[in-house]
Formats: sequence, structure tokens, C-alpha cells
Amino acid sequence: MGAAEVPNSAAPTVFSAERDDAGSRRGGSELDYIIRGIVEAFRLLFGGDATTYEIALRSLRVAGSALAISLVLGVPLGMVVALNQFPLRRLVVASVNTGMGVPPVVVGLVVALFLWRSGPFGSLHLMYTVTGMVIAQVLIALPIIAGLSLAALQQLDAGFRLQILSLGAGRFRLFLLLLREIRVPLMAAVMAAFGGIISEVGAVNMVGGNIIGETQVLTTGIMQYVGMGEFANAMALGVVLIILSFSTNYAMTVIQQRGRHE
Amino acid sequence: MRGESPDTGDGPIIVATDLVVRKGDRVVVDVPRFAVMPGEVHVVLGPNGAGKSTLLRALNGLERVAGTLEFEGRLVRSNKDRLRLRRRTAAVFQQPYLLSTTVRGNVESGLRVHGVRGDELRTRTQRAMDLLAISHLADRRRSGLSGGEAQRVSVARALATDPAVLFLDEPMASLDPPTRRALAADLQRIFAQLAMAVLWVTHDTSEARAMADRVTFLEQGRVLQQGTYAEVAARPATPVVADYVHEGP
Repeated sequence: MGAAEVPNSAAPTVFSAERDDAGSRRGGSELDYIIRGIVEAFRLLFGGDATTYEIALRSLRVAGSALAISLVLGVPLGMVVALNQFPLRRLVVASVNTGMGVPPVVVGLVVALFLWRSGPFGSLHLMYTVTGMVIAQVLIALPIIAGLSLAALQQLDAGFRLQILSLGAGRFRLFLLLLREIRVPLMAAVMAAFGGIISEVGAVNMVGGNIIGETQVLTTGIMQYVGMGEFANAMALGVVLIILSFSTNYAMTVIQQRGRHE
Repeated sequence: MRGESPDTGDGPIIVATDLVVRKGDRVVVDVPRFAVMPGEVHVVLGPNGAGKSTLLRALNGLERVAGTLEFEGRLVRSNKDRLRLRRRTAAVFQQPYLLSTTVRGNVESGLRVHGVRGDELRTRTQRAMDLLAISHLADRRRSGLSGGEAQRVSVARALATDPAVLFLDEPMASLDPPTRRALAADLQRIFAQLAMAVLWVTHDTSEARAMADRVTFLEQGRVLQQGTYAEVAARPATPVVADYVHEGP
């Protein structure tokens, strides 16, 4: 979480010189890179490579924190917009829907401008920190969670809400019971948001600066290796990212499909 | 099932005076006075679009209204008053709107909202399921229920809360005739057994004839006639009422 003044673009410490000599930069076809990358990925993952674990855990920490914050803010926001009529409601809905498609790099740019030393929040020293990266990813995930919650609630028959209210439910109880009813599409929203932020590179790179040991995550690590021509190493981190992404999505799918049969 | 409801004596449980409900610029309900009496099955009859369901929702505290609404002798003005009204009444709609849980979970849900827990929760849930003859379905999920079974669960959920007034909004409209007849017979028995106040909205004259102690005929949001079904049928106040009760569905 410690702030640094400039991004560190020093050579990666993940892979050994021996592997460089093996020709990830020089010899070999694309197929070699892919095969070597996959083999390397499994070696890093199951061989207990500390740096790989550190980067992977940081990726999960940043995306997980952003997802949790987005859920806490986004679901109630979606519910308020879905269940109430108010002036400028259409504008809010259109803004949320637009937010679902804003390129992460643009989000990163805006957040960076705000967090820059001379920016409005520069005094907080959040530029090039994990906290800054979480903020950027919240802004990416929040519209997805809010927008898909809103859509799910609008799909629900309006009579459902009246039925729950007629049982004597107050607002909080109504929120909980409706949440239960939309849990299947809500899990889809969670998966979409998680997939969007764990795999994005623009915002975390711009705000986090890809500092090795501090703000480097899987996507920015991949980008760095590709820039250095270390394709096998980039592939290795890519496979780690896919394994992480698949495992978390598989777990969420199991929960979602369990809800579907209830 | 009768609980410790405040004693309103023989006076009305709900009284609406100069009740007006608007949707945009349109007046959907405009009723000078409407009362729900204890132990009475009051049927609101009228064609589709007459404002019957809106009137029910207004009396149930689910609509913003102009005019005066009193429940158990107290004015209903604030959101807190409306919540109190909803907690002391219960509603069943045309669709059962069951939660995604078991039959038992659904019947319990109203009680849980009321803060009932433990043995009392189990006892009242079981009693309501027995009344509606759905105890054998207790562990079945909503997806495994027929339309008639689901509507019985909805009624059981409402009755479990021991409501001062039970609101029924076309509860049998989406059921086939045999299922409808069976549910109607059970509801008649239950209403007689519990001596409860019921406000039943329907467009079906046969339902009104079978169930009502008193009928209010509504058209275009206005009351055209009130009385027993026999009175309304024998001396319809307007040609619209005459057409409906004589040639109605």
C-alpha cells in the first residue's frame, strides 16, 4: 500500500536468468512460447514461486476489495433506482448503463487526474498505491453491479414488491427479500464485474504504476513482459490469471446454479 | 387464529372518507365513504378497470391517497401508520408471489417479518398449513407446486399472521374451475370458523354471490351501489349494475 513517487520499470524478478537463456526472448516459435508458458505457469503455481503468489494475491485483493465495495454500494443503488420514481431517473439509468461500457483506461485516466499530486485528492497520496487501484476498479465494477441489479429488479413482477410490503415489511426487509429473489441474476452481475476488473489493465496500470512488489498485478505484469519480449513469462502469468478467473467464476457459478433450482 | 387485536367493538376496522386515488391526472378511485366491518366478508364487485384493486391497495396502505383513512380507530397519515396498518392486515393477490423457498418457508415469511420466532412460529405456521390443507407440501419448493397449491400457500401465509383484515385481490382469477370451487369452499369454511373481516375484490358475480355478506359495486372508481348480493341483484341501482349482476360472467 505504500506510495511511491514514480513507477518502477526495473527488470522483472519473477523468472530466472536460466529461463531467459532458454530462449523466451530469442529462439522458438509461437507454439514454443505457448507450451513453455503453460509449463512455466504450472511450475510457478505449484512450485510455490513466492513472487507469482504475491502478484496473484495482490490481483485478487485489489479485485476482491473493489468487488465488495461495489456490491455494498451498487446493489442498494440499483434497488433505489429500480423501485422509485424521481426526477431525472432516466438520466441516472442512462448514466449507469453508460458506466457499464466506459473503457477502463478512461476510468484510470480520470482517477489518476484526481489522485495526481496536484489533483483535487493529491494530498491523500493514493497515486501508485493499491488503494488507488481499488478506487479505480470500484468505478469500473460499480456501474456493472448497479446496472445489472437494476435490470434484474425491473424484470421482477411489480406485484412481488407489493406482496412483500403487504406482509408488513419495512424498507430493509423489503431490500433483503428482493435481494433473495434476484440472487441468480445478481451472481451473474458479480461474475461480470469480477471478470471485468480482474482482467483489466488500463486503470490499474495508470493508477498503480505497475511497481514490482507494491502495485504489480497479473495484468500489468503480463503487459510488462510482453513489452520486454518475454512472451513465455507473459504466457505464464496469463495462465495463472485464467486459472484464478476460472476458479472464482466456477465457485460463483455453483452458488448461482444452486439458487436457480430454489 | 384470532390474536390480540385491539377491540374495535362493533365499529368498523377500516374507514375511508373522501378517498381519492389519482394516477397522473386521472382519478382512479373516488369514494365518499367505505368501511370494513369486523367478521364481514365484503366483496367489491365491478368490471375490469373499475378501480377495485386500487381501492384494495389504498385500504391496505399500499397507495398514496387523498382523504382520510382510519384503521382501528386511528388515523393513517404517516409512513409509520401505513406500516402499522400493513402489519395488522394481510393481502393475497391474483398471483401467489411466493418467495423462492419451501412452502413452510413461505408460510413462515409473514410471521418472520412480524418478528415471530421459535415455538410460536412453528405452531402458527403449522396451524395455517393445516387450515389450507397443505401440510403435506411443507417441504416442497415453489417450483413444484400447482397454481391452486401455490395460491393456498399464499392464503396460508396471510392467515398465519392473524390479520385484522384479510385483503383478497381476485385470488381465484387464474385458477381452473374445479380448483377454484375447492378453494372457495375451503375459504368459506375458514372465514366462518375465524369470523374474520375480509375484503374480497372480484369481477366474478358467482364469487360475489357465494362469498359476500355485503357487496359494493364499483365502476370507474365510483360506488354505484352497496348492499347484500340479493339486494343488489333484486334492485340494481343503475342499468350498469343491472347488466352486470344479471348477465355478468
